[in-house]
Amino acid sequence: MTAQLNEDRKAAKRAALRALPTERREALAGILFVLPDALGLLVFIGLPMLLAIGMSAFEVDGFGGFRFVGLDNYARMAADPLFWSALRVTLTFALMAVPLLYVIGLMLALLVQKTSRFNTAMRFLFFAPQVVSLVVVALVWQLMSVEKIGVLPRLIASLGLGSVSFLGNPHVALFTVVLAFVWFLMGFYMLIFIGGLQDIPKEYYEAARIDGASRAQSFWHITLPLLRPTSFFVLVVSSVAAVSGQQAFDLVYVMTRGGPANATLLLITYIYQQAFQYGAFGYASAMATLLVLMLMAITLAFFWATRGGRFQYE
Amino acid sequence: MNKAPAPPVYDGQQRIVRLILMVITAILGVMAIYPLLYMLSISFKPPPEVFRSNVVPAQPTLANFFYVLTEVPFWHYLANTFIVSSVVTVVALFFHTMAGYALARLRFPGREAVFLAMLSTFLVSLPVIIVPLFAMVRMMGMVNSWAGLIIPSIFDAFGIFLLRQYYLSLPRELEEAALIDGAGYWRIYWSIILPLSRPIVSTLAILFFLANWNSFLWPLTVAPQSDLWVVQVAIANFKSQYSAAWNYTMAASVIVAIPMLVVFVIFQRQIMDSIKTTGLK
Repeated sequence: MTAQLNEDRKAAKRAALRALPTERREALAGILFVLPDALGLLVFIGLPMLLAIGMSAFEVDGFGGFRFVGLDNYARMAADPLFWSALRVTLTFALMAVPLLYVIGLMLALLVQKTSRFNTAMRFLFFAPQVVSLVVVALVWQLMSVEKIGVLPRLIASLGLGSVSFLGNPHVALFTVVLAFVWFLMGFYMLIFIGGLQDIPKEYYEAARIDGASRAQSFWHITLPLLRPTSFFVLVVSSVAAVSGQQAFDLVYVMTRGGPANATLLLITYIYQQAFQYGAFGYASAMATLLVLMLMAITLAFFWATRGGRFQYE
Repeated sequence: MNKAPAPPVYDGQQRIVRLILMVITAILGVMAIYPLLYMLSISFKPPPEVFRSNVVPAQPTLANFFYVLTEVPFWHYLANTFIVSSVVTVVALFFHTMAGYALARLRFPGREAVFLAMLSTFLVSLPVIIVPLFAMVRMMGMVNSWAGLIIPSIFDAFGIFLLRQYYLSLPRELEEAALIDGAGYWRIYWSIILPLSRPIVSTLAILFFLANWNSFLWPLTVAPQSDLWVVQVAIANFKSQYSAAWNYTMAASVIVAIPMLVVFVIFQRQIMDSIKTTGLK
């Protein structure tokens, strides 16, 4: 009885819904379906982004008090030698890491793009570092860099290049972190490039071969231009990773904490320090705002350089 | 390597080039995997052997693992990580499949704008917003709580994007038949779309679980209390506590890495294929 009644009520509700014009029903369903994610992204990414911009105009004390200071935090940035140093380190890091990742990722992809059992095994080896956490990666590279007894210094010594301190020497430490960063991420970009390479129609290469083009020529005139969408993606994503990503943060946090002599102090590391060690939330937010502006500029530059990441058809 | 039918004409020179390329690839492959082997090797070495260069330990021992698992509440940290990763993965996939379905298949005002806004969050990485995010989460009273660890980690545009692309490629006929039969949109999502998305959902489940298992910065910031530590935070602290004892640190690292390496070995084809298609399509 009750079951029947329930069924009836449900049917009535369904009928009422169906009475709505189909378009309205579809729109209502669509909005309700995206709502949880849309709200979540808004609250946990959008809002913090806006808050960062807002907070950059305030001085925040440890007791939750706010004081409006206008552009003072930005002025403080300009006068802070450590900020300039961190900015320089961040740019150096990105200028080393992004091209290296692009070239190595593409090179590995070209080496193993054809499907064979050997290549599948090799893809597996190149991708394996990705599976391990950055904390563990950082620890392993730290161990490999231990002065005199780690693998890296011993390798250099056995090549007759003398003793190098990989994490102790300010001139080398940043490069060591870049090395670990590139090692960690290269398999990911290799896969992305393989996907891009497989999208290039084979006919183009055949046509080029018939016209007598060399391998190098078809690489420059077919592969690279047709890889533009992939290149755009790789350049933007790797720049975000290098300039403000968790990857760079995690590595530096565990490997060097920014040392020696602030040689590996990235902007994001400095922001974290200012916020969570000194409670300077306003100042940290000002630097974060600048970081986002930088990333937008970088993305636009890559968008322009890869022609909007579009294929270029004749 | 495998004896696939060779192309008809293959002059010797080309074969040599191929062989050289394979040797180079193999050398690079060994170099790529070397640091992981090194970690594994140290984890089995007794202290006096740690900095000797032999890759295969002369006197392999399980003592390091025993120490880490018995003297440190490592099981506790593993359990914490497991709970956080599982809950985030399940809830995220539930929300993301719904959003992906709506963005791909349902027409509603503002759909393109919503999609673009979601996509643009790709540019905003956690370190950039961590200060205000932490402030907000503190205001909500979620510092040092499961909610603080879990809820902010759920929302990430990457999964929504991939699912939307997948749903765009499904044939429309299935839904149309269901609509004519009088099924509502929820019904279509639950009994048609979800079962159809099993392959991509299982791949994403692995990727999300992996990402959360390995996440460090957010748990470090939001849950400094040690009974809420996840393994990555525990291991970073472990290192500063036992700075000289690399054998313990590497054993702990191996314990943390092994489950994910196993998952990866089992599902590597799926994972790799899904990543291959992310590169903007």
